[in-house]
Amino acid sequence: MIKDDFIMIKAILALEDGRTFDCNSFTGRGEASGEAVFNTSMTGYQEVLTDPSYRGQVVTMTYPLIGNYGVNPEDVESDRIQVAAFVVREYEDFHSNFRSRGSLADYLMKQNVMGIDGLDTRALTLHLRNSGAMRVFVSTENTDPLSCVNKARQIPSMIGQDLATVVSTGCPYRWIKGEIIPIENHADAFTQRVWKHRGSKHSVVAYDFGIKYNILRCIEQAGCEVVVVPASTPAGFIRTMSPDGIFLSNGPGDPEPVGYAVETIRQLLGYRPIFGICLGIQLLGLAVGAKTYKLKFGHRGSNQPVKNLKTGRIEITSQNHGFAVDMKTLNPEDIEVTHLSLNDNTLEGFRHRSLPVFAVQYHPEASPGPNDAQYLFDDFTRLMTAR
Amino acid sequence: MPKRKNIKKILIIGAGPIIISQGCEFDYSGTQACKALKEEGYYVVLINSNPATIMTDPDMADRTYIEPITPETVAKIIERERPCAILPTLGGQTGLNTAIKLSEKGILEKYGVELIGATIPSIKKAEDRDLFRKAMEKIGLRIPRSGIATSMDECRKIVSELGFPVIIRPSFTLGGTGGGIAYNQEDFDVIAKSGLDASLNTQIMIEESVIGWKEFELEVMRDNNDNVVIICSIENIDPMGIHTGDSITVAPAQTLTDKEYQKMRNAAIAIIREIGVDTGGSNVQFAINPDNGEMVVVEMNPRVSRSSALASKATGYPIAKIAAKLAVGYTLDEIPNDITGQTMAAFEPAIDYCVVKIPRWVFEKFPETKDYLTTTMKSVGEAMSIGRTFKEALQKGLRSLEIGRYGMGGDGKDFISPSLSEIIERLANPNSLRIFYIRHAILHGMSLSEIHALTRIDPWFIEQIDQIVKIELEIRREGENLSEELLKKAKSNGFSDIQIASLTGSVEQNIKKRRMELGIFPVYKLVDTCSAEFAASTPYYYSTYETENEARVSERKKVLILGGGPNRIGQGIEFDYCCVHASFALREEGIESIMVNSNPETVSTDYDTSDRLFFEPLSTEDVLHIVETEKPFGVIVQFGGQTPLNLSSSLFNAGVTILGTQPESIDKAEDRKLFQAMLHKLGLVQPENATATSVAEALLVAEKIGYPVVVRPSYVLGGRAMKIVYNPNDLENFTLLAIAASSGHPVLIDKFLEDAIEVDVDAISDGKNTVIGGIMEHIEEAGIHSGDSACVLPPYSLKPAMIEEIKTATKAMAEELGVVGLMNVQYAVKKDRLFVLEVNPRASRTIPFVSKATGVPLAKLATRVMLGKTLEELGFTKETVPPHISVKEAVMPFNRFPDVDTLLGPEMKSTGEVMGIDYELGAAYAKAQLGAGQNLPLDGTVFMSLKDKDKQGALGVARQLNDLGFRLMTTSGTGAFFQSNGIPNKTINKVSAGRPDIVDAIMNGEVQLIINTGFGNRTKQDGYQLRRAAIKYNIPYTTTLAGAIAMSKGIASMRQKLLSVKSLQEYRSYHE
Ligand SMILES: Nc1ncnc2c1ncn2[C@@H]1O[C@H](COP(=O)(O)OP(=O)(O)O)[C@@H](O)[C@H]1O
Ligand SMILES: Nc1ncnc2c1ncn2[C@@H]1O[C@H](COP(=O)(O)OP(=O)(O)O)[C@@H](O)[C@H]1O
Ligand SMILES: [Mg+2]
Ligand SMILES: [Mg+2]
Repeated sequence: MIKDDFIMIKAILALEDGRTFDCNSFTGRGEASGEAVFNTSMTGYQEVLTDPSYRGQVVTMTYPLIGNYGVNPEDVESDRIQVAAFVVREYEDFHSNFRSRGSLADYLMKQNVMGIDGLDTRALTLHLRNSGAMRVFVSTENTDPLSCVNKARQIPSMIGQDLATVVSTGCPYRWIKGEIIPIENHADAFTQRVWKHRGSKHSVVAYDFGIKYNILRCIEQAGCEVVVVPASTPAGFIRTMSPDGIFLSNGPGDPEPVGYAVETIRQLLGYRPIFGICLGIQLLGLAVGAKTYKLKFGHRGSNQPVKNLKTGRIEITSQNHGFAVDMKTLNPEDIEVTHLSLNDNTLEGFRHRSLPVFAVQYHPEASPGPNDAQYLFDDFTRLMTAR
Repeated sequence: MPKRKNIKKILIIGAGPIIISQGCEFDYSGTQACKALKEEGYYVVLINSNPATIMTDPDMADRTYIEPITPETVAKIIERERPCAILPTLGGQTGLNTAIKLSEKGILEKYGVELIGATIPSIKKAEDRDLFRKAMEKIGLRIPRSGIATSMDECRKIVSELGFPVIIRPSFTLGGTGGGIAYNQEDFDVIAKSGLDASLNTQIMIEESVIGWKEFELEVMRDNNDNVVIICSIENIDPMGIHTGDSITVAPAQTLTDKEYQKMRNAAIAIIREIGVDTGGSNVQFAINPDNGEMVVVEMNPRVSRSSALASKATGYPIAKIAAKLAVGYTLDEIPNDITGQTMAAFEPAIDYCVVKIPRWVFEKFPETKDYLTTTMKSVGEAMSIGRTFKEALQKGLRSLEIGRYGMGGDGKDFISPSLSEIIERLANPNSLRIFYIRHAILHGMSLSEIHALTRIDPWFIEQIDQIVKIELEIRREGENLSEELLKKAKSNGFSDIQIASLTGSVEQNIKKRRMELGIFPVYKLVDTCSAEFAASTPYYYSTYETENEARVSERKKVLILGGGPNRIGQGIEFDYCCVHASFALREEGIESIMVNSNPETVSTDYDTSDRLFFEPLSTEDVLHIVETEKPFGVIVQFGGQTPLNLSSSLFNAGVTILGTQPESIDKAEDRKLFQAMLHKLGLVQPENATATSVAEALLVAEKIGYPVVVRPSYVLGGRAMKIVYNPNDLENFTLLAIAASSGHPVLIDKFLEDAIEVDVDAISDGKNTVIGGIMEHIEEAGIHSGDSACVLPPYSLKPAMIEEIKTATKAMAEELGVVGLMNVQYAVKKDRLFVLEVNPRASRTIPFVSKATGVPLAKLATRVMLGKTLEELGFTKETVPPHISVKEAVMPFNRFPDVDTLLGPEMKSTGEVMGIDYELGAAYAKAQLGAGQNLPLDGTVFMSLKDKDKQGALGVARQLNDLGFRLMTTSGTGAFFQSNGIPNKTINKVSAGRPDIVDAIMNGEVQLIINTGFGNRTKQDGYQLRRAAIKYNIPYTTTLAGAIAMSKGIASMRQKLLSVKSLQEYRSYHE
C-alpha cells in the first residue's frame, strides 16, 4: 500500500489580497478556486471533505499531518467531496488504520479535487485570521504569482451566492438505516402516504440545504422516520405531507440569497415543531425577522466551547460556519437565546418563546467532533411527542 | 460557581524525593498549584521532603514543611496548622496514598479536614484494580479479562484460567512497581510474589495480556459543574507491554480516525464521571486492537501525572494550575486561558504541530540489569520536542536526549553495522536503543511489515522513520555537492548540521556557513493552544524550517539561560532549580529572561517562569540559532549542570558572550593537568594521581601510586564509569571500559583515600571576593559518591581549624580560577590532612539544599554577580551558619533494578534526595531517613554483619542499640567479636551456611534494621541476597559504618522525644 517516491507537482496558492504561497499538488496537475478558510480539527478530514457546507471553499487543515489514517467508506457526510480544494502542511500518503480502504490522494484524484501541501499552513492561517476569509486561486499550470492573484480576484464572492440550492437534492428521498432510498412512487412523495411508520415513529421532513449524513443518522437514531426534501419544496407540499416535525439542515455559504427558503420557513412557523442546525438557524433567524452577517474568519473546528444558558453547562462542539445570526436583531419578546459561544460570545442557539421552534448554530451531530450535544435530537423528538 | 469562601487554609501534599516514575513533573504541578492558590488568597501550607523543589521555596507557600511525608508527620502538621482542606492530587501517588492513610487513621475526621480535588471513594475506585474493574463494567467499557488475588494460591488459580502470558499489576503503586509480564509459571511466581509485597493492600491484578495493542492516553479535566474537557491525546509509539513512561510517545494521536477518537473521548468522559473525580485532571489509558479497533481501558489516574505535565507542555494548557483552581470551586468557564488571554479554559486545545516525547534511561549505570523494557518503568527522565512534522520532531527529540546522538542516524555515531540477528533481537525485545535499530533494520533491507511484526509498532511510524532514512541516503548520495533543495528538505525533516556534515564528509560549521549563504534558517512558531485561531500572548516557541517567523524580538536587555535537558542520574531537578532562580533574578533585575530547555517535566519549561521560553534541544546548533534571533547580551551556562557547560566553548568560539566564569576557567578546573598546576601553585594537595591513555600506562602509574586507586574518565558527571580498584587485574579490565567512556580524553588514576571524611563546599564569587555558601560534611566516607551519601550542614565533627583551612582553600581556588558565580568543591579529610577531590566551576547538586538550609538564595545571588554586581553591593559578605542542623539523604532506585547490588560506591546511583531539619543531629538524620522511606524502628531486632575493618568501630553502635533494648542478630564473625566485648547477641546463618538463614529471618519479619558493610568479596553473593531482601521487604538498612552510627543516633533521639515539625518560615525567622 505504500507508493514510493510520490509525485509532487509545484503549485502556487494565491490570495486575493496579493499574498502567494509556493506549494505542491499531491493530486496531479490542475487549478482550483474558492473561498480560503481554515479548520482546526485534528481528526476527521474525510468528514470535512464531504461536508456540503464546505462547498465552494478551499479548506486548510491547521493540523499539519493529514492522510495518516487514509479514507474509508463509512466516514462520509455526503455522496461526494465538497471542498473546492484541500490544503495541508504535509500530506501523508502512507496510511495506517484497520478501516482504511485507500489513500487520501487517490480519493481526491478520483473526484478530481486538488490536494495541496508543502506550504506554511500556519502562516496562511494567521493571514486569514488577521485579514479574514478571502478568495483564493490555486494552480499547477499558471506559475506567475501576479496573474494567479488576478484570477483569485475574479472569483465570485461568497456573499450573495445561493449555494444551498446548488447542493440540495433534486428529488425527495428516504433515509433508512444509513441508506438513501429513492421514493418508489413519485405521486406519494408529498402526501401522507410517504410515511411508513406513522404512529410507531415520529415522521420528520428534513429540508436539505446541504445536509450532512450524520444529522440523518442522528434523527433516525432518535427514533424518527425521515424524508429528505429539496431546499425549494414549498410550504404547501409540507402541509400535505403533514409530518410530526420539520428539520432545517446545515448548508454552505450566505443565508440571505436563499430567500425562498426563508419565506417557506416563515409560512411553516408554528405549524409543526421545527429544529434547525447551522444554515438552518440562520434561515430561521431571517424568518423571524433577524439579520445575519459574515464573520471575519468564521468558526471551523471541533473544539468550540458553547455555553448552554439553560443548564450553565459547557458543550465542546463541532462548528463550521462563516455567517451568523446577529443577536441584537432578535426580538427578545418571542426569541430566547439558549446558547452562546464562549470564545467570542456570538449566538450559538435560540428557541421561540411561544412556538415549538429551536435551532443551534453548531453541529450536535458532530462528525467530525465531540458528541456533547447529542441531547438536542432528543429535545426535538420530545417537542414532537408533546404535540 | 466562584471560588469557595468557606475554606481559608489549604494543605498541599508534595510528592517527596525524585524517584523513577515520580519525577520533577510533580514539582512543576505542585509549584503551579501553590501559585494558583496563593493568587486566590488562600493560606497555603505545604509539606514536601524534597529540598530541590521550587515549590518548597519559602515564598511559594505561607508555611513550608520540609518534613518526611508520612501519615504521622502530616498528622502533626494538621494538628498544628488546622487546615480546612487537603489537596492531595498534585503530589503524585505519594499524595494520594498519604491522603488515604490519613483518612483510614481517622485523622481527617478528627480534625475536620476536607479532601478537595478527589474524594477517598473516588481515589479507591480508580486505584483499587477490583473496584475499577467493577466500575468499568458498570459503564459498559471493556477491560482485559483479569482476576484479583491477595495470596499466591489465588494467583495460581487465576493464571490457570487466563493462560500465559499474563500481566501482573499491583494496586496502589505507580510506575508499575512490582508488576510485570509473565510468560511462564516460573517468572510468574517471582513477579506475583513481589507484586503482592509492593502493593499497599497486598492485592494484585492478574490480567489477560494485550501486549502489542496500540496504547493511548487522554488527559481529562472536570469541574464541579460536571463540565469535562480533553486536554490532549497521546499515542504511544511503543505498544502495550511497555510502560507509557518508557514509551516514545506522540501528541496528538496520529492514527485514529475521528470516529475512533470520539469513542475514546466519550469513554474517558464516562470514566471520570463514574470514578467521581469531581474536579481536576485525570489520565486515562486505553489499548486498541490494531486489527479491529477493539478498545479496552488500561487504567485511570485520578490526579495530575507525568503525562499531564507532558500534555501541559505539549499544548500550553496549564493542567495543574487549572486543577488547583477547580479544586477551590471555580468552573472551567470562569478561568481565563492565559495563553490567548481572551478565551476561557473551557475548551479543548487544538495544536498545529507534532510533539514527541522520548524517555532517557540510565542502564549504563546498572550494568547488572538487562536493557529490557517491560510494564515496570525504568527511565529516569525524558526529552520533549516540537516540530511541524513527526520526522522533524522525532529527530529533534533524539538530539535532545543528550546520549551523544544528533538525530535518527548518519551522525557518525551509529552502531557499526549490526548483524541481522542482532537487529532482530533488538527489535523483538524492547530496549532503550530500539528506535535506532529500526533504522538499521531498514538499511538491512528489512520490510516495514517485518519490522512491524517484530516491534508491533504501528506501520505509520515505521514508514516515517523509513522516510528519514531515505533522505539520509539521498544526502549521502549527493555528498559534498549537496543541492540547496535537498539541504532545505533535510533541515525541514529535522536533520542536524552534524548529521548532514558527517553524511557529506563535511564539518558542522561549514554546513552552517552554507545555510547562512543560502538563507536557510529556522523560524520560530508559537505554542498557542488554538492553532492560531486566536492571538497568543505568551511567548512560548519552538523552531521549524518554514517561511514565517513569529518570534517577537524585543529591544530590552536580555539574557539566555541554558537548562539541563532531560533528567538523568547525576543531573536532575537541582539544576533546573538553579535555572529557574536565575530566571527569577533576571526578572527582578528588569532584564528579559529567555529559557532554553527540552525537559517537559520541569518548572523551567513552564510558560510563565521566564519572559520567553524556547522548547528546543540543547545543542550548539539549536542554541546558536536562538542567540542569532534574540541577540541576548549574554548566556548563562553554569546552572544547567554539565549540559550547558559542555556547550560553553563552542558557543564562546562562535562569539557568544558567556556570563560569569569563562570557558577557559572551566577548562582549568576540568583539565587535570591545568588543575594540578593550579593546586601546586596554591600549595593545595590532591590524592596522588596520574593520567593514562592506555592500559599499560595505567598499570605502571597504579604501581607507582600504590593500590587501592580510583579510576575514572574525565569530562563526565555523576562518577560515570568510575571504580575503586584494589589490584592490577581489576585495573586492567576496568581501564578498558573507562577509556571507552571518556571518548578520547585520558583516564584518571587517583590514590584512593580510605576512611577519609568527604566534604562538599558551595561557594559564590564575584571575581574578587568569595563567600562560602555552605560546608557539608558527608556521613558516608569518601569513596561513596557525593550524590549518594548523606551530608550534614553545618559540619558535625570537623575541627574548627580544618573548617578554616577548607574556607581558605576554597577562596584561593575561586580566585585563581577566576570564578564569577557559583563553585562547588569536594574535599576529603584524612588524618587531619585536606585533599581536593574536584572542583566544579558551576552550580552543584547541593545548591538547593544549601539554600534551604541557610536561607541564602545562592543561585539568585550568583545570577546578579554574573550581571556585574559585587557581593558587597548585594550585601552578602559572610557565610550564614544556621543554628539548626540540616541533613540531606539520597534516595536510591534499587527497587526498579532487581539484579543490582545496593552497595554504594564512587559511581552515583541515586535519583533524588530528601532533607531533614532539626536542632539536633540525631533527630535531623532520623527525619531524613524517614523522608527517604527508611522507617527506623524504635525497638525490635537489629541485624549486624560487618567487614573486619569496621568491627572495632561498630562496638559503639552495638552498645547503644543494646542499651536501647534492641536485640542484636549477627553473623558468626561479628557475633564472636561482640561477645568478646561483652555485647550479647544471637548469631544466624549467612545465606550460604544453611537454613534458617538471615534472608529467612527477614522474610519472617524478625529483623527491623539491617547494618551490613559487606562480608568481603569471598561471600559477596551472601551480602547481595541479604541487601536485596532488605529492599524487597522494605527494611531500613545501611551499608556503611558511618551510616550505622548516624542511624543509632537517630533512633536514640527518636526514643527520647517524638520528632516535632517546624516550617521553613519559622526556622528562617532567626535571621530576619
Ligand atoms: N493487560 C495488559 N497487557 C499488556 N500490557 C499491559 C496490560 N496492562 C498494562 N500493560 C502495560 O503496562 C503498563 C503499566 O500499566 P499501568 O496499569 O499503566 O501501571 P502504572 O500505574 O504503573 O502506570 C501500561 O502502560 C501498559 O503498557
Ligand atoms: N581519591 C579519592 N579517594 C577517595 N574517594 C574518592 C577519590 N576520588 C573520588 N572519590 C569519591 O568518588 C566520588 C566521585 O568522584 P568525583 O570526582 O566527585 O566525580 P563526579 O564528577 O562524578 O562528582 C566522590 O564524591 C568521592 O566520594
Ligand atoms: Mg499507567
Ligand atoms: Mg563530585
